Amino acid sequence: MNLHKILYHLAFGCGLVICLGGCQKDNFAPPETKFTGHIVYQGKPIAVKNNGGGTVYFELWQSGFGKSGAIDVYLNQDGSFSALLFNGEYKLIIPPSQGPFISIANESTGSDTIDVKLSGNQSMDIEVLPYYIVNKAAFTLGADSVVKVDASITKIIKDERARDIESVSLYVNRTSFVDDDNHIAFTDLNGADIADLSHINLSAKIPKDISGVNIGVADQKYFYARVGVKIAGVEDRLFSDIVKVEL
Amino acid sequence: MKKIIMTITVAALLGLGCSKDFLTNDPTTILPTDQVFGSPELALSALADLYKGYVDQQSITNWAEFTNFDEAFPSEAGQYYRVKQIDYPYDWWNLWNYDYIRNINFYIERINGSTALDDADKTRFMAEARFLRAADYFEMVKRMGGVPIITKALTYDYSGDPTYLQYPRAKESEVYDFILAELDTIQNQLPDNAAVQDRASKGVCLAMQSRAALYAASIAKYGASTPAVSLPGGEVGIPSSKADAYYKKSREASLKLVNSHKYSLYLKTPDNLSENFAALFYDKSNNPEVIFAQNFKLKSGTVEAWTLNNQPRAIAEEAQGGRINPSLNLALKFETLDNKYQPFKTNNGGDYAYYDQESDIFNNRDARLAGTFILPGSKFKGKDVDIWAGYLVAATNKIVTSGVFGGLETLPGKNFKEQVVGGSGPIDGLEFGAQTGFYVRKFMDPATGSGQIGTQSEVWWVRYRYGEVLLNLAEAEFELGHKDSAALFINQVRARAGLTTPLTSAQMTFDRIVHERRVELAFEGHELFDNKRWRIAHKVWNGAQISIASLESGIGKADAPNTMVYGIWPYKVYAPGKPNDGKWVFKTVKPGEVTAAHRFQMGNYYSFINDDIRSNNPKIVKNPNQ
Repeated sequence: MNLHKILYHLAFGCGLVICLGGCQKDNFAPPETKFTGHIVYQGKPIAVKNNGGGTVYFELWQSGFGKSGAIDVYLNQDGSFSALLFNGEYKLIIPPSQGPFISIANESTGSDTIDVKLSGNQSMDIEVLPYYIVNKAAFTLGADSVVKVDASITKIIKDERARDIESVSLYVNRTSFVDDDNHIAFTDLNGADIADLSHINLSAKIPKDISGVNIGVADQKYFYARVGVKIAGVEDRLFSDIVKVEL
Repeated sequence: MKKIIMTITVAALLGLGCSKDFLTNDPTTILPTDQVFGSPELALSALADLYKGYVDQQSITNWAEFTNFDEAFPSEAGQYYRVKQIDYPYDWWNLWNYDYIRNINFYIERINGSTALDDADKTRFMAEARFLRAADYFEMVKRMGGVPIITKALTYDYSGDPTYLQYPRAKESEVYDFILAELDTIQNQLPDNAAVQDRASKGVCLAMQSRAALYAASIAKYGASTPAVSLPGGEVGIPSSKADAYYKKSREASLKLVNSHKYSLYLKTPDNLSENFAALFYDKSNNPEVIFAQNFKLKSGTVEAWTLNNQPRAIAEEAQGGRINPSLNLALKFETLDNKYQPFKTNNGGDYAYYDQESDIFNNRDARLAGTFILPGSKFKGKDVDIWAGYLVAATNKIVTSGVFGGLETLPGKNFKEQVVGGSGPIDGLEFGAQTGFYVRKFMDPATGSGQIGTQSEVWWVRYRYGEVLLNLAEAEFELGHKDSAALFINQVRARAGLTTPLTSAQMTFDRIVHERRVELAFEGHELFDNKRWRIAHKVWNGAQISIASLESGIGKADAPNTMVYGIWPYKVYAPGKPNDGKWVFKTVKPGEVTAAHRFQMGNYYSFINDDIRSNNPKIVKNPNQ
């Protein structure tokens, strides 16, 4: 073995020692406190768009650690959320543009800010005021690959903050992710054409063939469906719960 | 002995070295302030550096940005994501370049303090720097809404308390007012000379006023339709009561420019209006239409790669090109010569529509179509662009094509292979090919070598031109209720495109104004900002999948959805012995890479201000709906 090789190996060895040594000390423990819950109206979760679209979120602010910036917590499609955090005191804010609802003034802070103190895992339901709620949505699937729904919607906010319904839609998908971006069939009904909010009937036919794959009932005997409500001037739709409809 | 000599020598050398003040020599690689502002040449080169900082969202030096908005398809694998993502990220197009503003403010202060420059130079340099500052504030207010207006160079004093450097956002209207006022002041200090096209002139001040005031006016007027896009402090949103005043200001600036008679529409080859329209962008000698452009020069290091990036693949000077594929969506908007919105005819009843020549389907259209697009069956640099998707075998109604550019295959009944697809494609999913069936022609340089990496092009990027000012004027007149003069100005632009039947004042509608800007100003960086100021962006990019039928029925409608790129592919008919043999048919297609329908959310109207910026300066309020 010549000198060059020895030197090379020595250098390599030193590098390795430095690398290994560097990893031993001063790493932070990862956040371990679970903060979970739902966005609710009178205790009932409000369903929103799927998290994959990254649409509805609230912000957690913690002061005292240099630059300030929010931790965004996104809602799942059933209105639930979960975040891994450090213990400490946070301020929870729902940005005004988020969700088909408005936030309720918190009693202790006197504003829509909610104080959250975490010491160990915590579950919390956040009460909000939705513009509407979908209180019933009964789905049926026929042998002709048509999904039908009889839905009932109730207007919650009736004062000067009230907003009209722009449209009501039925969304159907093959998987349990269903919303305005994830669907194989949908139908829209304009808000102006709704005669009776408590009986909204919509039907959507699963197309026989998209990109050469048969996705009608001949191929799959069940689908997932839900109703979405677009409220005028509000970007995030309000949804009903996702239901598995079977033939 | 040796040691003694050595010691003496070293001592002597040291003594010599120290006798002069070599430590206070002037630096050889840095020019100090008093030198730069001591000679007009150096002051001008410092100014040139500021010109270089001018920001464009879309530009010929940044081709991929043209493919975000369904005006074109990005035919390069690394950019396909632009047609695969649904939502535009909130932080796209954000701009907060206060380092540049600070450099300009420094420049202005130092020019002001210079004693060596003569007054004429000082006035002009200072006015140019203020023009660049106004241009940058315009660019920022377009994207971010109201921003802090800083007109002096701010410097931190290291006291530990930076609050004196924290300025709140100005109102959106205040930023526009600042821009308009600055331009009012400096226009008379700049050369009133139409030959000054790559530096600030009086003309570009008026053109920028015409555009900026129009933006402010339409935000005031159409902002009423999107009340969610506003902030209580006025940082975003302009009260609708201000609309008229801004429209008048825009009209006044445009009229001043028109009545100066220093600029005119480019019309050097009136017998070939398509060629004429293309030449408007590449002809740099005595071009009467270009008011302000970013200039380039061959062999200087400052060249641009637009032609290299977008040259037709079949005749490319390098093994690349063809990146921008303008969409069928855009092509459909070009009217027939009798002022009709009409889709391209691909079907005749149940059968294809047959054409003798490949280019025949595009006949009798607005000359700007062939001036903006490289169409199938046309030529570029005198060579056939060779765009066709394959053979249609009439007997079996099957397509014979290949997966490589100009690929070979055996046609039925033959015993040899021949070319069955164009050298430029279209082949679905093959980058650099014309995947929509089109290439871009605007700004393309017909000079030999423009497509070579080692040469590239010196065609300029036109930022302001007379044609746009006429359209600005038409829009302002329309909004102020003067439909007659709106028609008068819009017809000037249309006549140059071969649309000789003038529009009547009764035909002047908002949709017309929008439509004319789309076709005249395609690939010039207007689409996004126009749709934003008219508050139709969330309707045009609404996230809903569209069909070719809805595209065709939406021609000429300002807010018709335009969320996915479509294309049109030519096929050669193979029917030996039959009358249709060798004729051409067309199919409309959606490129396979186009999977998402674009959605412009309310939070996209004004871009996201980074957390860092807001954390450093708590006075900065967040933009709405994000």
